Amino acid sequence: MYSKILILRFPNTEVQKPLVCYLAKDYGLTFNILKASVLPRREGVMVLELTGTKKNFNLGVSYLKEQGVNVQNASQEVNRDNDRCMHCGACTAVCPTGALSIERPDMAVNFDQKKCSVCAMCVPACPTRSMGILPTTETFF
Amino acid sequence: MSKKKHKINKTYKQINDKIKSGDVVVVTAEEIIDIVRENGPEEAAKHVDIVTTGTFAPMCSSGAVINFGHTQPAIKASKVWLNNVSAYAGMAAVDCYIGATEPCEDDPLNKVWPGEFKYGGGHVIEDLLAGEKVHIKASAYGTSCYPNKYVEDEIELSKLPQATLCNPRNGYQNYNCAVNMTKKTIYTYMGILKPNAVNANYCSAGQLSPLFNDPYYKTIGLGTRIFLGGGQGHVTWHGTQHKPGVARTEKGIPLSPSGTLWVMGDMKQMKPEWLRGISLLGYGCSLAVGLGIPIPILNEEMAMYTAVSDEDLFTQIIDYGVDYPNGKSKSLGQVSYADLKSGTIKLNDREIQTVPLSSYVKAKEIAEILKGWIKKGNFLLGEPQFTLPSE
Repeated sequence: MYSKILILRFPNTEVQKPLVCYLAKDYGLTFNILKASVLPRREGVMVLELTGTKKNFNLGVSYLKEQGVNVQNASQEVNRDNDRCMHCGACTAVCPTGALSIERPDMAVNFDQKKCSVCAMCVPACPTRSMGILPTTETFF
Repeated sequence: MSKKKHKINKTYKQINDKIKSGDVVVVTAEEIIDIVRENGPEEAAKHVDIVTTGTFAPMCSSGAVINFGHTQPAIKASKVWLNNVSAYAGMAAVDCYIGATEPCEDDPLNKVWPGEFKYGGGHVIEDLLAGEKVHIKASAYGTSCYPNKYVEDEIELSKLPQATLCNPRNGYQNYNCAVNMTKKTIYTYMGILKPNAVNANYCSAGQLSPLFNDPYYKTIGLGTRIFLGGGQGHVTWHGTQHKPGVARTEKGIPLSPSGTLWVMGDMKQMKPEWLRGISLLGYGCSLAVGLGIPIPILNEEMAMYTAVSDEDLFTQIIDYGVDYPNGKSKSLGQVSYADLKSGTIKLNDREIQTVPLSSYVKAKEIAEILKGWIKKGNFLLGEPQFTLPSE
């Protein structure tokens, strides 16, 4: 099973078409709509989590793009600005998963992105504001 | 008199001559520990001339005196803002003091709690050091000699007539270990403290910290040359809240916050990586200051003092939930820096996580840089005119 959170932007010409419905009907994908709104100029914005086989997922995303829908990956990750980080350790007070930890005896602060749950608690807790939250840049389709 | 007291006796001049000739022996406050352990203080003092220390941590009583140069027409500035951060201008015409903890005028502060305090005086100092242009705004009431009532301009460090870092309280000799005994998370200058004492925050470089290595300030005073913000500065006075008379261990180590330093230096020599504007969630803005002091090993007594390790250094656990805000400093327990650095301490028979706010990594780097400067002959000891009060 393959699953991603996507941001879909519908041009005002397409906003009235039930495009998302076809993702289930024609491509066997399930979706969970997290947010949907129609903006004042009638463009639609929808955030949804799309799940299915990787092949069908890619076909479904291609279908949306053919219909003129702009598709963006909404998944995020926490990054550290290693030049700004002063290795104090203040972030370790709030990190719930141990992704930020202190290496002893050197006392350097390690950031293991694999353990990070993207809760973002470290972002305002960092005195030098070295932790940032960014969309993942990898293209997946 | 003191010459009879010690077996080894060296003067500042003798050590400086060794720096000039390249024969000086310098080690860090970490390295001296084993040297004294293995050879004893007397042997150590024979061979080692200087022990370098370091610390890099938030130090709120910091700031810079900036002379921004005369304008045309001339102004006697009454109010000054640098990047919209208010600088104290109750000084001569174009002098002002930018304090590290002053937040930006538009900052929502703690109205949306906990406030983020993204930009303040410390950040202005860091921006200036990074060579960035800083917007200056000055207003005045106008006089015969200084008719101008308002100026706006861009300033940069290299073009300023003078910029002097002037920190009235740095390098605290020991500091509290903070916990929160209430049932709600609190946001303090000691960082985020989770309820029911889940974490204990502390802020000292321990065995590398300057004043832990000269506990009675026998070599530190007016004129001591130091590493300050990446440049060379001086100790100019004892800092505010300097309190040498607290309880001490047998080795003379204070068991609670004690001595402090007033330091100054030319900002034009300094570097942004050693003076970092910081934001403490829910508390305010500040400045992380890089500070390092060379301790001359004038005799075996100084070798003994510099050999302290984290096991010999202790501090008190203080509740920042109820006690500290009410002006009480009742100790909930005494812990060593070795325990604090291990990652957990025991409080009321429960293991709790320890969180440092002072960067040991950077403290060590400062001690190494200072060692390098001295070895290369780029840094001479400054003999103090008088040392800091020790009682």
